[in-house]
Amino acid sequence: MRQSRWLLATAAVFALASAPAFAENVFKWASQGDALTLDPMSQNEGPTNAMNGQLYESLVTRDPQMKLQPELAVSWTGAADGWTFKLREGVKFHDGADFTAEDVKFSIERAQSPSSDFKEQVSGITSVQIIDDHTVKLMTDGPNPILPNQLTSTYILDKDWAEKNNVTTPQDFKAKQETYAVRNANGTGPFKVVSRAPDELTVLARNTAWWGDKLFPGNIDRIEYRPIANAATRVAALLSGEVDFVLDPPLQDLKRIESADGLKVITVAQIRSIFFGMDQGVAELRTSDVKGKNPFADVRVREAMNLAMDKVAIQRVVMEGLSFPTGMITPPGVFGNTPENDKPLPFDPEKAKALLADAGYPNGFTVQLDCPNNRYNNDEKICQAAVAMLAKVGVKVNLEAVSKAQHFPKIQKRTSDFYMLGWGVPTLDSHYVFAYLLADGGSWNATGYNNARVNEITAAIATETDIDKRTAMIEEAWNIVLADKPYVPLHHQVIAWAMSNKVDAPIGADDALRPRFIVMK
Amino acid sequence: MATTKPPLGFWGRLADNDVAHSFLTTPSAMIAAGIAVLCIGAALLAPLIAPFNPFDPSQISLWDGKLPPAWIEGGQAQYLLGTDNQGRDMLSTILYGGRLSIIVGLAAVCLGMVLGVVLGVISGYFGGTVDSIIMRAADVQLTIPGILLAILINGVGRAVLPLEMRDEFAIYVVIVAIGLTDWPQFARVVRGATMVEVSKEYVQAARVIDLPGWMIMVRHILPNVMRPVLVLATIGLALAVIAEATLSFLGQGIPPTTPSLGTLIRVGNEFLFSGLWWITFFPAIALVVLVFSVNLLGDWMRDALNPKLR
Repeated sequence: MRQSRWLLATAAVFALASAPAFAENVFKWASQGDALTLDPMSQNEGPTNAMNGQLYESLVTRDPQMKLQPELAVSWTGAADGWTFKLREGVKFHDGADFTAEDVKFSIERAQSPSSDFKEQVSGITSVQIIDDHTVKLMTDGPNPILPNQLTSTYILDKDWAEKNNVTTPQDFKAKQETYAVRNANGTGPFKVVSRAPDELTVLARNTAWWGDKLFPGNIDRIEYRPIANAATRVAALLSGEVDFVLDPPLQDLKRIESADGLKVITVAQIRSIFFGMDQGVAELRTSDVKGKNPFADVRVREAMNLAMDKVAIQRVVMEGLSFPTGMITPPGVFGNTPENDKPLPFDPEKAKALLADAGYPNGFTVQLDCPNNRYNNDEKICQAAVAMLAKVGVKVNLEAVSKAQHFPKIQKRTSDFYMLGWGVPTLDSHYVFAYLLADGGSWNATGYNNARVNEITAAIATETDIDKRTAMIEEAWNIVLADKPYVPLHHQVIAWAMSNKVDAPIGADDALRPRFIVMK
Repeated sequence: MATTKPPLGFWGRLADNDVAHSFLTTPSAMIAAGIAVLCIGAALLAPLIAPFNPFDPSQISLWDGKLPPAWIEGGQAQYLLGTDNQGRDMLSTILYGGRLSIIVGLAAVCLGMVLGVVLGVISGYFGGTVDSIIMRAADVQLTIPGILLAILINGVGRAVLPLEMRDEFAIYVVIVAIGLTDWPQFARVVRGATMVEVSKEYVQAARVIDLPGWMIMVRHILPNVMRPVLVLATIGLALAVIAEATLSFLGQGIPPTTPSLGTLIRVGNEFLFSGLWWITFFPAIALVVLVFSVNLLGDWMRDALNPKLR
């Protein structure tokens, strides 16, 4: 008797657990690394923004064609002293609270606080004026022509929720701070968090109260995201049907995936460039055998590092052809990239050796290369190839490949001598690149590069409205950077997505998954 | 009566005993020994015989990456077993990887053996409480599967080390992890043998003339209990190599910068779907051949050294 009751109970549990699977469209996907945090202002990093972009929304957003679209704002108009945004009415946060102008003011100010990783995007805003419950004016110091472009990843939080849970400032990721917002989210977005086990499984459910619920073609009811670090395991999961979609299939396996029944691969040129940064700002490198001076402080050494890199070999062998060797650290499609400047420096180890000898390093030197192993396409393999290429000109590189959660703090704390970084540009404008990577004090500029004119132009192009003048300044700044070579550009990435035929997902040049457009058959 | 046999030379004397006789009349033992010596010799001499040095980045050319073995279309004669994704010669990486695997295996077995023999002799010689404590500890450890224990020790070892030193010390951590899981086998066997020896007359005699206990253990008992230890150590070597490969395959062992056979198999696994089978196949074959030959040798030794089986 007792036993049969147990059986009944067990059967009931199983029935409950499996019941929802019939009717729902469950989108199961995988990629190599997990979102680093659910706090939408703590880490400006692709996969983190991609996850948070499902839970939170910004005032304006981009569609898969990279065009600006209204999201929490329905319209916006610019003036000399700022931009006025008309907000969407009747929008509710996941906990049921109303979305109002108060929340916009709070969120923008939160994004401006010291522990935010989105300061550069909102630094042009001097104050937020609430005109009425559904109108705000973002005041700027002079005209700011690209402000709406800068707001596409400034997500809006509920002020009351943040105050109640003591998360009015963003999590300090560098200091490994832990806050309520790291594991919990309360946005206005199309999906809600059901459960989250970092690096294991994150389950999101469709928010049926979302304002766009009926407006978009997407028909996903439930998203299950499973980070799978091992590339072969990820492909095996797709081949076996365990997941429907892989964001970052290993490039060498694309042919195998395409030849499998019921699977397809789609590709598009990405708005992301991969490059190496060299710290020229410190007096002495931390990991080098050269003491008392910094080899990277010499532009000849930086040029030699660039010439030693066989970018075409990396493209053909490591990237399976899916990359574009480059001379700039920002790709075509971003305003300021020009075909002339984007030509890669030739592969010339002889000249590299000569330059190193000129600079006083005829036998090269040693340095550590910091590299992520779960962030960019074949990141660690690129670094391994770079080690071999640099060895041929005498630079002995000790490779330290770690996960992105350990790698990125080294850049932000500026403790790396030589590192790999990739940079996407959501604003599609060079200002974003200068502000983060090239201006003195840019939060991802770990090169110590500090050029007065580049700093000046970075500030000027934030407010310059005369298109011709602005274009000329951007061009001038890029020419300075090209001469100074603070980075070694490698290539612009090509995105490849692998998915089951029953999934129809529009690919965008920013590699962002947009579930609101994903249709499952 | 004087023997009529002429005096034997060095080799003759070496061959004139029952162990050697058993060896020379067991073809499987000879073949296994030949292969094992070949594998171990080739691996230990890797720096001299390998066509390339896979750890010298200036010898690697990315353009030679992903080449198939020489006999397959597209392969190049200089890369007999093909190249990996970075252009490293597979034959050379296997030789260097095998060297690392064997060194780790030997060091781990030595550690386990020294620990096990010392504890076993002490346990058997003193008996009583000392014996109980040591043997219960061994029993407890034997109830936990060895590889799990190795993963545990390895994990703790890594957590203790700072991040920068992890790769450098990974090999020592693996040796300690495998060695510490190995000792109970040795301790049990040695304890049994010691208890037999302790009751024999020559040990009694040594006690009577009041030799110190450590001298009796080292000089009198130890040489007489080493036979079974030799057999255990040989089989243990094969097991230790497998344990190292397992740890490395699980990503817990030797880092990919200086790969062992297990690491090579793990890294190569990534390329199975893309048809680059040789990157994982040849290291795996090398591992199987090495372990199988050492194991056969150990098996034969067990039979040859066991008086009851003659």
